[in-house]
Amino acid sequence: MEPHRLSVAEAQAEAGGSNAAAHFAFVARFLVIAIMTYLGLLAVTFFIGRVIPIDPVLAVLGDRAPASVVERTRREMGLDLPLIQQFYIYIKGVLSGDFGRSVLTTNTVMDDIRRVFPATIELATFGTLIGSVVGIPLGVLAAVKRGSLFDQIVRVIGLIGYSMPIFWLGLLSLVLFYAKLQWAAFPGRLDVAYEYSFTPITGFLLLDSAIQGQWDVFKDVLRHILLPASLLGYFSLAYISSLTRSFILNELSQEYVVAARAKGLSETRIIWGHALRNAAVPLVTVIALSYAGLLEGSVLTEMVFSWPGIGLYVTNSLQNADMNAVLGGTVVIGSVFIAINLFADLLYRLLDPRTKAQ
Amino acid sequence: MMMENIAFRSRRWLAGTALSAMLMAAAPAFAVTPADTLVEGFAIDDIITMDPGEAFELSAAEVSANIYDLLVRSDLADTSKFKGDLAESWTISDDRLTYTFKLKPDLKFASGNPVTAEDVAWSFERLVKLDKSPAFILGQFGLNGDNVAEKAKAAAPDTFVFTVDKPYAPSFVLNCLSSTVAAVVDKQVVLEHIKPVTPSVDYKYDNDFGNDWLKTHTAGSGPFKLREWRANEAVVIDRNDSYWGEKAKLARVVYRHMKESSAQRLALEVGDIDVARNLEPNDLDAMAENVNITIASAPKGTVYYISLNQKNPNLAKPEVRQAFKYLIDYDAIGSTLIKGIGEIHQTFLPKGVLGELDENPFKLDVAKAKGLLEKAGLKDGLSVTMDVRNSQPVTGIAESIQQTAGEAGIKIEIIPGDDKQTLTKYRARNHDIYIGQWGQDYFDPNSNSQTFASNPDNSDDGRVQTLAWRNAWDLPDLTKETEAALLEKDSAKRSEMYRHLQKEVLDNSPFALIYQQIEVAGVRSNVNGFKLGPSFDTNFVGNITKE
Repeated sequence: MEPHRLSVAEAQAEAGGSNAAAHFAFVARFLVIAIMTYLGLLAVTFFIGRVIPIDPVLAVLGDRAPASVVERTRREMGLDLPLIQQFYIYIKGVLSGDFGRSVLTTNTVMDDIRRVFPATIELATFGTLIGSVVGIPLGVLAAVKRGSLFDQIVRVIGLIGYSMPIFWLGLLSLVLFYAKLQWAAFPGRLDVAYEYSFTPITGFLLLDSAIQGQWDVFKDVLRHILLPASLLGYFSLAYISSLTRSFILNELSQEYVVAARAKGLSETRIIWGHALRNAAVPLVTVIALSYAGLLEGSVLTEMVFSWPGIGLYVTNSLQNADMNAVLGGTVVIGSVFIAINLFADLLYRLLDPRTKAQ
Repeated sequence: MMMENIAFRSRRWLAGTALSAMLMAAAPAFAVTPADTLVEGFAIDDIITMDPGEAFELSAAEVSANIYDLLVRSDLADTSKFKGDLAESWTISDDRLTYTFKLKPDLKFASGNPVTAEDVAWSFERLVKLDKSPAFILGQFGLNGDNVAEKAKAAAPDTFVFTVDKPYAPSFVLNCLSSTVAAVVDKQVVLEHIKPVTPSVDYKYDNDFGNDWLKTHTAGSGPFKLREWRANEAVVIDRNDSYWGEKAKLARVVYRHMKESSAQRLALEVGDIDVARNLEPNDLDAMAENVNITIASAPKGTVYYISLNQKNPNLAKPEVRQAFKYLIDYDAIGSTLIKGIGEIHQTFLPKGVLGELDENPFKLDVAKAKGLLEKAGLKDGLSVTMDVRNSQPVTGIAESIQQTAGEAGIKIEIIPGDDKQTLTKYRARNHDIYIGQWGQDYFDPNSNSQTFASNPDNSDDGRVQTLAWRNAWDLPDLTKETEAALLEKDSAKRSEMYRHLQKEVLDNSPFALIYQQIEVAGVRSNVNGFKLGPSFDTNFVGNITKE
């Protein structure tokens, strides 16, 4: 799903001149690619959705509807039309901002997504925060103390993170932290007790409760989010720390580090002030991609923790051939992916002083 | 030296962060649901609408039963009898064509509006005109969009008259009227929320009878009213404080969607839910010792079966059909896979329904099955596929059958799939063997008899696609008998007819029925009055209290 990434140099070479032109070319080419990606995304998802051997009418009517009702509903849903025509009708709707209705929830797909996506964003943001805040220092230290016991431990932590099935780890952590130790809260986002005494505004519950000064709700939300977010954080930590380590190692072998040492700069400044700063450029991309990955909805985590996010929403819709919901979800996830890529590219340009040189 | 220092400082910082995170998580008091709220962990992802004129799902029926009132309900003490719900009394004309119901005085909807015969008539009218999945339950009495206003009408504000097209058995008519589709909605309230529709060939009315609004709202007169339904998350119902009968004890009931048995068990043990509704045998076993939890159970009207597609020439042989019934290890399945959640049951009418036949003649007998296969000319066995959906205990049962059938030389290839995927194939008659379940549409023997023992048109585009049709089983005689049983006014004779139909299906059909579902629930011991009824629309929550 990842669109072709434009290297800065490429964009500039093409524009071949002024900075503004370079930026313009960059944005223009990005837009073309984004539109093509969208169309492809929609077409593939749409046709896969029609090819899977599930009768979409079943999701609407269940198993016990009389044949006459089934037939009528099939016509109402336009499923008797040729595929191409169905696709055309769908695209026409999407272009006018209408993603249709979800069969399962009876809401418009956009309403549903507005409800489920904040849950995923909140979880992914929290997870990425944990992953970066812990992962970067771990990676830096592992690089600095290369070959030491510490380095080995970080590597093992990473390895476990890569290879452990998240579903299993999730259940395990539920048994331990929820059932046995009772540190974490029940799966879901909020206790039943607060469910109706608290009105969300943005859908980001941590933010909402803080704005309204309902600190008991804030604490409850935190207790719910901490475990799944830590789990996601752990997985992105594994990824981030190992890449940080290799970026820093790369920087430490550069001549400027030797020069800095020769000038008598403290190691602290060399590592945290110079090496990390230079490593930050590729690191931003890594973090952005890992964040985008989590935003796609970590289906399994959402399943284990009954987290009403977009991953669960799309999966459930797919299982029921609720194609409007699947397509809508795909478009949103695709957009986020494209946006984050663009954002990472822009950050890249800001962080790397060479791109400003001209 | 400097590096050590950094490492040390970071380590301290890391430890500090981790510790404070844990402390925050560990702080609050634990796991008590609010005293006036019942929280049930329940797989409710089957719900697609709350409109009683459209809903045909078990969980929706359960919620509906606590929100809407009916004219009559079956008497839970003796399900062959009825008691009035909204109706105070009723009379049946001598020709058995006209049913006259007199409503109780002073009935009120949750909105405060009075419940009148006009509301009943309009509820029937909207059901028939909308013509959604469950509409046939009343439609089968000869009702259609053109005549419903005449056939279901208010003769006086407190008198409702229902006219049927044939002299059906009164028990059949009343059983159908006591199903969720006959729920009475608040006409005045719903009319405020109707949406215009452009009439078409398929739908000739200019409005949606409030269908769109009622999908997510309710307008009933029962002890509860819907607060909110969030698909795949929760259904929340609140006490109806203006209920005309004895008011509910609890202020709120939350059905919280939880799919996994193990998650439900954890939450129940910790106390985050009061009731767990989808427990599997191993979790039930594990909780048997827990003094904080009691187990409630009740047989439900759902039966599990395997069926053989008669389009497959091998499976169509009578001996092969018979052989399969000897190749199921009922004892092993009963004592392990469905322990606590089901009971071996080989006839198609669930226990508790009029005409039930409590006979389980088949046992695992590989030698006998082999003999039958040989008689069918299949001495060397045969190969077939079985479509199995990915969920317990169905998967386990399929594997058990695969193994026992293998002993007789029948090679079964299991094709796993999602629920809807296997169902799609089954409905298109493209399977060899299907393993599935069937829940009664309404609490009357005709519901299962019609699907297991009748098939009016076995052609591929047959209009009535019963289970017999799905398996291409042509059975003209039994189809006639099923129809005849509908018109038998004498309940004893009617029962006898169903017993005969069950015997025939037991001996000759391509269905091997395996067990009847027992619904179980784990209940925290501070919850009093939790009772499961014989069907999902009799799982009432109005009398529940908490200590």
